Amino acid sequence: MSKIPEKLKYSKEHEWVRLEGDLVVIGITDHAQEKLGEIVYLELPAKGEKIDKEEAFGVVESTKAVSDIYAPVTGEIVEVNTGLVTTPERINKDPYEDGWLVKVKVTDKKDLEGLLSEKEYADFLKEEG
Amino acid sequence: MTETLKRTSLFETHKAAGARIVPFAGWEMPVQYEGVIPEHKAVRSAAGLFDVSHMGEFIVEGAGATAFLDGLLTNDVTKVVDGQAQYNVMLYDNATIVDDLIVYKRGAEKWLVIVNAGNIDKDFAWMKARVPAGVTLRNDSDAWALLALQGPKAAEILQSLTKTELAPIKTYHFAEGEVAGMKAILARTGYTGEDGFELAVAANEAPALWRALMEAGASKGLKPVGLGARDTLRLEMKYALYGNDIDDTTNPLEAGLGWVVKLGKAATFVGKTALEAIKAKGLTRKLVGFDMTERGIARHGYKILDPKTKAEIGIVTSGTQSPSLDRPIAVGYVNSAYAAVGSEIAVEIRGEPRLAKVVETPFYNRPPSQAGGSQ
Repeated sequence: MSKIPEKLKYSKEHEWVRLEGDLVVIGITDHAQEKLGEIVYLELPAKGEKIDKEEAFGVVESTKAVSDIYAPVTGEIVEVNTGLVTTPERINKDPYEDGWLVKVKVTDKKDLEGLLSEKEYADFLKEEG
Repeated sequence: MTETLKRTSLFETHKAAGARIVPFAGWEMPVQYEGVIPEHKAVRSAAGLFDVSHMGEFIVEGAGATAFLDGLLTNDVTKVVDGQAQYNVMLYDNATIVDDLIVYKRGAEKWLVIVNAGNIDKDFAWMKARVPAGVTLRNDSDAWALLALQGPKAAEILQSLTKTELAPIKTYHFAEGEVAGMKAILARTGYTGEDGFELAVAANEAPALWRALMEAGASKGLKPVGLGARDTLRLEMKYALYGNDIDDTTNPLEAGLGWVVKLGKAATFVGKTALEAIKAKGLTRKLVGFDMTERGIARHGYKILDPKTKAEIGIVTSGTQSPSLDRPIAVGYVNSAYAAVGSEIAVEIRGEPRLAKVVETPFYNRPPSQAGGSQ
């Protein structure tokens, strides 16, 4: 059973979002990293780049599979967990803390309202099977 | 359209070992147990055990069996002696590939043929339509299980379970004997680039053999290995995978399999005329290995471009992150003008050309301390 911490928001594309003052921190969920298997490659946008809700903004790859990372919100990247690019396996080990991907200044906070609570995400995973 | 997936006799064994099961070539197979990377590394440094029972086994016997195979296959089957195995390609008339396979000579006019899982029905139909009177062709795939024990410790582990002396069995040779009390064919073949054996046994005995091997290898670092690491291991060696690197649109010369094509052998064979024409004309494209100069992993189906003009010059057929080398590796077909080692090419990754360079293969070379043994 994959971990789904409370107090985070989730997308149906298996990203998590954590509010940090004016910013949101984004990562991929424990379920996503389990499904992918060992992550061997990561691409993220640079600081200052804009991301658009529901558009791919990065890529994670295992030996076998390639998976897009979708933006759960629209906004501007203010910080990137750059060290992950050379050690992407840290996402497998700790997807919610050490494995965070980017910090974003959200353009419209309304974006957050459409995201799932931890309970809704758990139900969504059950439905997905 | 739903297709019922087949299971090998080891299905429950894999489930119990915590394997992640995926559909592959019509079968439910373990893709990984602990993880692709530790499994891959176990095979390179100690040993790994694979269930490859999904592969097909055909029996070809009777007066004329050797000539029958020699007329269907590109290699010189008449050169194979009892107890020897030989890698082969089976062609259509136009010289594209029906399958790549291994023939095992078990006696005069007595052969075992091991084919790819996804091609069993197609291969059997192709051969059946051409089998002459007097030769028996039988699909025994469901009756057999096939386990691959691969890695520098493979021989030591296997020797502890068999009275058959393994040291005299050279690469691409085999013996028939017993392993842990079970009748088996012990073949020094594999798909990993390591020394190792492939063991053919009756399907119903496979779970007991698997258990015996895992117990015998436990103290030597033996791990069960899934299809995920099987793919990364073979790709590090640039061994072709049917359906990825070779298929019914590619010929063996452009695929780099010219070493198993014997145009000069005594018998004519299906596809020979077309191959001679291809050879006379010169190859228009070649399967090459390449390293990424810029970041990115080239994957099956990605376009290969001229780095300057961005014109399309080929296609990636296999690519991954190499667990042994810890960098991306890939193979693909490129126009012959770009096939020389050192040629600059580009791979279109997510719409963006990224530089790469044609390199020598295999990508991975065994350390000298582990020289000898298989392939």
